[in-house]
Amino acid sequence: MTALTDLTIAGARDLLAAGHVSAADLARAHLAAMERHRDLNAFITETPERALQLADASDRRRRAGDAGRLEGIPVAIKDLFCTKDVPTTAASRILDGFTPFYESTVTAAMLRQGAVMLGKTNLDEFAMGSSNLTSWYGPAINPWRAPGDGKTRVPGGSSGGSASAVAARMAMAATGTDTGGSIRQPAAFTGTVGLKPTYGRCSRLGIVAFASSLDQAGPLTRTVRDAAIMLGAMAGHDPLDSTSADVPLDDLEDALEAGVEGMTIGVPEEYRVEGMPAVIDDLWQRGIAWLEDAGATVREVSLPHTRFALPAYYIIAPAEASSNLARYDGVRFGLRCEGDDLVSMYERTRAEGFGAEVKRRILIGTYVLSEGYFDAYYLKAQKVRTRIADDFREAWTSVDALLTPTTPSAAFAADSPPDDPVSMYLNDVFTVPASLAGLPGISVPAGLDGDGLPLGLQVIARPFDEARLLRVARTIEEAAGFDTAPRGLT
Amino acid sequence: MAELIERESGPFAYVIGLEVHAQIVSSSKLFSGASAAFGAAANTQVSAVDAGMPGMLPVINMACIEQAVRTGLALGGTINRRSVFERKNYFYPDLPQGYQISQYQQPIVTGGHLVIELEDGASRPIGIERLHVEQDAGKSLHDRDPVHSLVDLNRSGIGLMEIVSLPELASPDEAVRYVRTLRSILRYAGTCDGNMQEGSLRVDANVSMRRPGDKLGTRCEIKNLNSMKFLQRAIEFEGHRQATILDEGGTVRQETRLFDVNANETRSMRSKEDAEDYRYFPDPDLLPLDLDEAWIAGIAASMPELPDSRKQRFMSDHGLSSYDAGVLVAERDNADFFEEVARGRDSKVAANWVMTEFFGRLNKDGIGVADSPVSADALGGLIDLVVDDTISGRIAKDVFAEMFVTGRDAAAIVEERGLRQVTDTTRIEALVDGVLAAHPERVDEYRAGKTKLLGFFMGEVMKASRGRANPQAVNRTLRLRLGQEGGTR
Repeated sequence: MTALTDLTIAGARDLLAAGHVSAADLARAHLAAMERHRDLNAFITETPERALQLADASDRRRRAGDAGRLEGIPVAIKDLFCTKDVPTTAASRILDGFTPFYESTVTAAMLRQGAVMLGKTNLDEFAMGSSNLTSWYGPAINPWRAPGDGKTRVPGGSSGGSASAVAARMAMAATGTDTGGSIRQPAAFTGTVGLKPTYGRCSRLGIVAFASSLDQAGPLTRTVRDAAIMLGAMAGHDPLDSTSADVPLDDLEDALEAGVEGMTIGVPEEYRVEGMPAVIDDLWQRGIAWLEDAGATVREVSLPHTRFALPAYYIIAPAEASSNLARYDGVRFGLRCEGDDLVSMYERTRAEGFGAEVKRRILIGTYVLSEGYFDAYYLKAQKVRTRIADDFREAWTSVDALLTPTTPSAAFAADSPPDDPVSMYLNDVFTVPASLAGLPGISVPAGLDGDGLPLGLQVIARPFDEARLLRVARTIEEAAGFDTAPRGLT
Repeated sequence: MAELIERESGPFAYVIGLEVHAQIVSSSKLFSGASAAFGAAANTQVSAVDAGMPGMLPVINMACIEQAVRTGLALGGTINRRSVFERKNYFYPDLPQGYQISQYQQPIVTGGHLVIELEDGASRPIGIERLHVEQDAGKSLHDRDPVHSLVDLNRSGIGLMEIVSLPELASPDEAVRYVRTLRSILRYAGTCDGNMQEGSLRVDANVSMRRPGDKLGTRCEIKNLNSMKFLQRAIEFEGHRQATILDEGGTVRQETRLFDVNANETRSMRSKEDAEDYRYFPDPDLLPLDLDEAWIAGIAASMPELPDSRKQRFMSDHGLSSYDAGVLVAERDNADFFEEVARGRDSKVAANWVMTEFFGRLNKDGIGVADSPVSADALGGLIDLVVDDTISGRIAKDVFAEMFVTGRDAAAIVEERGLRQVTDTTRIEALVDGVLAAHPERVDEYRAGKTKLLGFFMGEVMKASRGRANPQAVNRTLRLRLGQEGGTR
C-alpha cells in the first residue's frame, strides 16, 4: 500500500468510505510529514491538536453516516484566510498577535464538509509576491531541487507555503488565493495543480484583502480531480460578499473525464513573448500536440492588449491594496509601536509592521490614486482592463479554452531571485491577464525543465466555465503523465 | 431675506451653501447588520465590519437606500438609476477601515429644491445640488482619560445622507430657515429624526461674501455646526470677518474653519493647500448600485404627505391663516395632533386651543406632543364642553391645567368639581339682583352715565358665582336690570 501521505483526495475518499483508513490515521500521517519537513517552512502556524480533534469528530460523523465532501481530508489553509481562534498573520508582522473571532466563508464551508485543518501556510506578506521571500516568517521552500545544483528553490508565491505543503505531501490539498497568479505560479513551480476559479466563485469574506477586485480563493492539489473536489467544497454564493456570484456550480467531477473531443483550443500569439526560453515553448508545443491528439482543434488567437496587462495590474492591484491596508494602523489589533503622538504611532507601526514589498505597493497605490495622477494611471489602467476583458470575450467567439504556459521559467534559486522588482513582476506575465478579466485559470504540471524542475501549462476558460476548464486540464494531466513526487525530497 | 453687511467701502452680500449630514432612520447600519440605535454603552453596537477587521466586507443595506430615495423624492430630486460607492481615504482612529465609504462622482440623487418661508411671509425655492449616501465614522473622546484618547465605534458605519444645497442662501437667517425646512421634510418623510443634540443632523456651511450682483467670492467652509443657534452665529461671524478683510482690500483665503462656541468665532482649521488628498476611487468591494424603476415607483407611491402640501390643505380645508398653518405643520406630530382635535369640530377653535393653551403648556414643560399627558381626544372633549356651553372658556383653562397634571378626562373634572356653567336665568337674575342690591351707590353712578361700571358688576357677579355663571347671560341680565329702572339719560 502507498503511504497515506501519497493519497489523493479521491483515493483517500474511497479508503475512508470503505473503512480501510480513518481520518485520524490520515491526520497523524500528515502531521508527521509536517514535522519531518519543517525545514521547508511551509507552515506559519501548525495546529496538530485541533487537527486530531477535527479528525476524531470526522470519524464520528462518518460512523453516524453523515459524511461531507471533504470528510476526513487533511488540508492546509493559506494564512490569509481568517480562522476562528487560530492566529492569522498574512505573513506580516503588522498582524502580530491577531487571532480572529470569525471564520472565513470558504474555510467554514470546508470545515462543514468535514475537512481537517492541519495548519496555516506561509505566503508572501499580504499575498504580495511571487517567491514567498517577502514573508515576515521567513521564506517557504520548494521541495523540488535541481539535481544539478541542489540549490534551495523558491516555491513561488504568494501561495508558496500551500504549494510546498501539497507538493511535499504534508497536506493532501491546500487553499490558496490568486490575485495575479498567486495560485497558478506556485503550482507551476512545485509540480502541483493550482486552480483560480472565476472571480466571484468563492466568497472573499474573511480573507485578508490584497486587491479586492482581483482576489479569488482556489485550491492547490496534486491532481485535477482533487482540484474539482476542493472547488466543489470551497465555492458558493455568499450574500455577505457583494461581489460573490450567484451562479450554480455543476458537479465538476462528473464532467472531468469527458475529454476535449470537438473542442477548439486557442493559443494566444501575444503570449509568445520575446526571450521566452525554448524549454517553455517546447512544453507549450507538447501541450498543443496532446490536446490535438485527444481530438481538439487548436488554433491561434489574438489577444492584442496582452502586453498592457502587467502594467495595468501593477497599478490597479497596488491602488486597491493601498486602501485595503489602511486598516492596519495599530489602533485596534495587531502590532502597535507607541509614538509621541498619533501620527508618530501610525508611522512607527506601519514602518515596522510592513515589509519592503508591501510598502512599495502601498506607495505605488497611493501615488496612482493621488489627485492629478488618478486619470493618467488608475483610470487609464481600468480602461486597459476593459480592453483586456474585451480581447478574451472576442476569443470566446471562436475558441472554448486557451492554452498558455503558466510561467516564463521554472522556480528560481532562493539565493538569486530576480534582482529588481520589475523582473520579479514578470513572473506573472501569463497569469495576470486572466486575473484582470476575472476568468478561471488552472496550472497543470506538464513536464520538467533542463534542470529537472517542474513546469506548468495554463488553461483559461470562459467565466464560470470551470467544468470545461477542468476537462482540458484533465486531458493534459493524463497525457503528461507527470510524476508529482518532488525529486530530491527525502 | 438677503442681508447686507455695510462697510466703509460699501455693502457686502452673503452667499451661503449648506451641506447637511442627516443620519438615516434605520434599524441597522449602512453596510452591516449592527444596530444603529443611539445611546447604547460604548462599543456595544459594533460588528466586525464596523470595526474594520481583516477580511470583512460591506453589504449595502437596502433599507438605508430606500430612505435616501424617499428623501430624494421628497426634495423633488432625480433618483439616479445607477450610483457608485467610492472610498474616501484618510487615517483617523475613529475611522477603522482607513477610508469612509461614500458616493462621489455618481450620487444617488441629483437636483431638487425646497421652499423656505421668509420673515415677511414670502417664500423662495432653494436649489439642491445632490444627495449622496455615506457611512458615519466612530466618535473620538479626548476628555475621558488624562493620557489616552478613547474611541466609541457605535456610530461607525451608520448611514448618513449628505444633502448639498446650491449657494443660494443670502443671510444667516435664510440658512437657519433652510435647515428648519429641510429638517421638517426629513421628519415628515421619516428618513431622519432631525435630532441635532444627538448629532443626527449636522451642518457644514460654505460662506463667501461679495458686492451685491458681483461674481462669487472665495468661500470658507465652517465644519460641524450642530445647532440652529451656532449655525446662525457662525455664519454671522464669518460674514463679518470676510467683509472686514475685503473692505480693507485683502483677500479671503479658501480654508476650512471651525466654530468655537465659547469664543463665538470661527477659527482656521486647514487651508486649501493643506487639504487632504482623499484619493477617491470606486469601492471594489461593492458593485455599482442599480435601482429598479418599479422599485422607485413603489417608494414614490408610498410617500407621506409633506409639510408644504399639508400647509396648503390646512389653509384651504380648515380655513387657517398661512401663519397658523405654517406653525402647525412644522412638526408632523403637531399637525397630526391638530387634525385629530379638529376632526368633527370647528377648525379655528381647535387650532386656537392647540396653538395657545396646548403648545403653550408643552413648551413650558419642555416636552413634545408624543409625551403629552393630554391626548387629542381628551382636548377635543374639553373643547366640546366649551362649545356646548357646559363650561365657560375661562373655566376650561383651569380644567385643562388639571387635565395636564392628572391626565383625567375633562367631563369628569367638571362634574366632580361642580364647574358646570350656570345658565339658568332665574339663578343668574338672583345673583345679579344680589350684587346690585349690595352696591346701590354704584348702581346710581351707572345710571348717571358711568357705564363702564358694567365691568365692575360683571366681575362681582362672576365672583359670586365662583366663575361658573355664563358671562353672556350675566351681561345680558345686568344691562336689562340696570336699564330697567329709569336708567336712561
